[in-house]
Amino acid sequence: MKADPSGVLVGTHFIDGDHAACEGALAAGCRFVAGYPITPSTEVVERFAARIPLVGGVFIQLEDEIASSIAIQGAVWGGKKVMTVTSGPGLSLMMEHIGLAAITECPCVFVDVQRGGPSTGLPTLPAQADMMQVKWGSHGDYEPIALSPNSPQECFDLMIKAFNLAEMYRVPVFFMMDEVVGHMTERVVIPPADQIEVVERRWTAKKPAEYRPYETNGNMVPDMVKAGDGYRIHITGLTHDERGYPSMTPATQDKLVRRLLNKIRLNADKLLDVREEHTEDADVTVISFGITSRVATAAVDDARAQGLKVGHARLVITWPFPAARIAALAERTKVFLVPELNMGQMVQEVERAVAGRAKVVSIPHAGGTVHEPETILAKIMEAAR
Amino acid sequence: MSTEQAVLDGLEIDNPVMPYLRKDRIPHIWCPGCGIGTTVNCFARALGESGLDLDKVAVVSGIGCTGRVAGYMNLDSFHTTHGRPIPFATGLKLANPELKVVVYSGDGDLFAIGGNHFFHAARRNMDLMVVCINNHTYGMTGGQLAPTTPMGATQTTMPYGNFEQPFNLPFIADACGAVYVARWTVYHVKQITRAMKEGLSKRGFAFIEIISPCPTLYSRRNRLGDGVDMVKYYKEKSVIKNGANTKEVDLSFQGEITVGKFVDRERTTWLDGMNDHFSKVFGSKFKKYGVHHVED
Repeated sequence: MKADPSGVLVGTHFIDGDHAACEGALAAGCRFVAGYPITPSTEVVERFAARIPLVGGVFIQLEDEIASSIAIQGAVWGGKKVMTVTSGPGLSLMMEHIGLAAITECPCVFVDVQRGGPSTGLPTLPAQADMMQVKWGSHGDYEPIALSPNSPQECFDLMIKAFNLAEMYRVPVFFMMDEVVGHMTERVVIPPADQIEVVERRWTAKKPAEYRPYETNGNMVPDMVKAGDGYRIHITGLTHDERGYPSMTPATQDKLVRRLLNKIRLNADKLLDVREEHTEDADVTVISFGITSRVATAAVDDARAQGLKVGHARLVITWPFPAARIAALAERTKVFLVPELNMGQMVQEVERAVAGRAKVVSIPHAGGTVHEPETILAKIMEAAR
Repeated sequence: MSTEQAVLDGLEIDNPVMPYLRKDRIPHIWCPGCGIGTTVNCFARALGESGLDLDKVAVVSGIGCTGRVAGYMNLDSFHTTHGRPIPFATGLKLANPELKVVVYSGDGDLFAIGGNHFFHAARRNMDLMVVCINNHTYGMTGGQLAPTTPMGATQTTMPYGNFEQPFNLPFIADACGAVYVARWTVYHVKQITRAMKEGLSKRGFAFIEIISPCPTLYSRRNRLGDGVDMVKYYKEKSVIKNGANTKEVDLSFQGEITVGKFVDRERTTWLDGMNDHFSKVFGSKFKKYGVHHVED
């Protein structure tokens, strides 16, 4: 289906990543945002607050991130596409509702403009240190989706993808920006609405008497309804059966949790978005994501210019982790280098995927700025020796 | 025949409340003598008398004994997280303004962990009816100190008697801007039903506190007898003072209970305020949100 033109600001713009992310959400059909101010993410909601009155929807600034992260879920059951926006400290407060979104299968987008941590850390400076938090931060087993844009243009383009994936899989989707991507101003081209593919919510075709909220019809993702349409649904954060009713048995728990994980794990091939350059003949492969990929590109280009067989695999979808693709690259690559703006998070996933078939080297950075290209280049030279 | 099936079959009798309940979820989990079921009975009757289209009524609960109410109502119903039914209900209401959204939860849920949300939703005059079943304790977890536990009452986490000042809930609701504030006890079933009916027809943030017994924990631990003894206490010690100054309706351990409708006023709701304001700011370019527009 094509985007609703009322939310699409067609044209060529010179805007930062935060503003572009907001435009991406509007183009994707997001019509309800609840949020709480936090640097360096605030511009996303500021723009939404300015734009939404004439697009037709609601922005509400709530009392905290806890409220914001559940108000959006109420709005989903009221029929809207939704998003909330935050940075590390706010993300920490939202964790319980990540779990609620996972177990109730509530399609929603959480934007995290990452800054240095832990705690208040570096409010105005970048990091990529929330990668494991979004995967594991809420209690219990769940599988989120996460995307890592590296430019304002991608903040627009990938935001539409984030909303589409939320609808397709009914999971919380994390949009993992960072302070640099959020505050970097570049050209952003917004195409006409008829060139933007959006995935609409999959409403049930069943009548109320036949409908069961968590019946999956074989494809692992149940069809939805909204409150007010006569279905009289019950939605709970408790372990529930197909009717949505609480059921405290190990059998119900096993069936539910397995499906929540499998709807992502068994679709990992469809959720693969790794952008590769020169990996076909690479002895050394740099694996990067988000802003770090732009630094890595500079280092890889330099190394290639010097005749080194180095490749670059950029993870655009970071969760689910593309383990099968990394394992395939390990058939040829002898050394993987993993620069990231944290002290070594996603490198652990690379190590698991590679499983000893190649050397894996972490290039950590505690945040506050991006890597120097020379740092990555030096590691490439060392690995290529 | 299982006991459960026997109970279900017994419900075939003409019970006026049954159409409002999810029959396939009965029997409920509440203890004998608990007052929550009584309030649900009142709620069902209020829904019936309200004339509302029940397909357009949603109920949202948090966590705890009262948090289970949502699961038993034959409405669109949401059992959310601890302390957060009000922000969930806020999102639901704003996403679909044609819904009448009721928050039904306990004192610990709404005023301890969820206190901040209550204050702000009342301040905004969010169009919600909030029913708080106040049993002075955390029932689901075994009888711990609540922000409503009267001074002197014993709880597992106040084993020598409570020395903390409890909240006066109607005063909070009033001070934060609620447009309707009432308190009743589960003895006052007619008045509860009427208050809920009024709350359902009110535009804006309506708050109803219902004092309710927890015979399993609060009454037993404080040697106050069973559920019937507590209702007798409510009957004897309740004083109806409609329009009372909410500052003066504090509760004390087994003391007098001031009940009645304390506040009933008009104030612009959040959504009406947004629509009015943006109409002024943007003129005809702005289409009122949540209002059906005739397509031209």
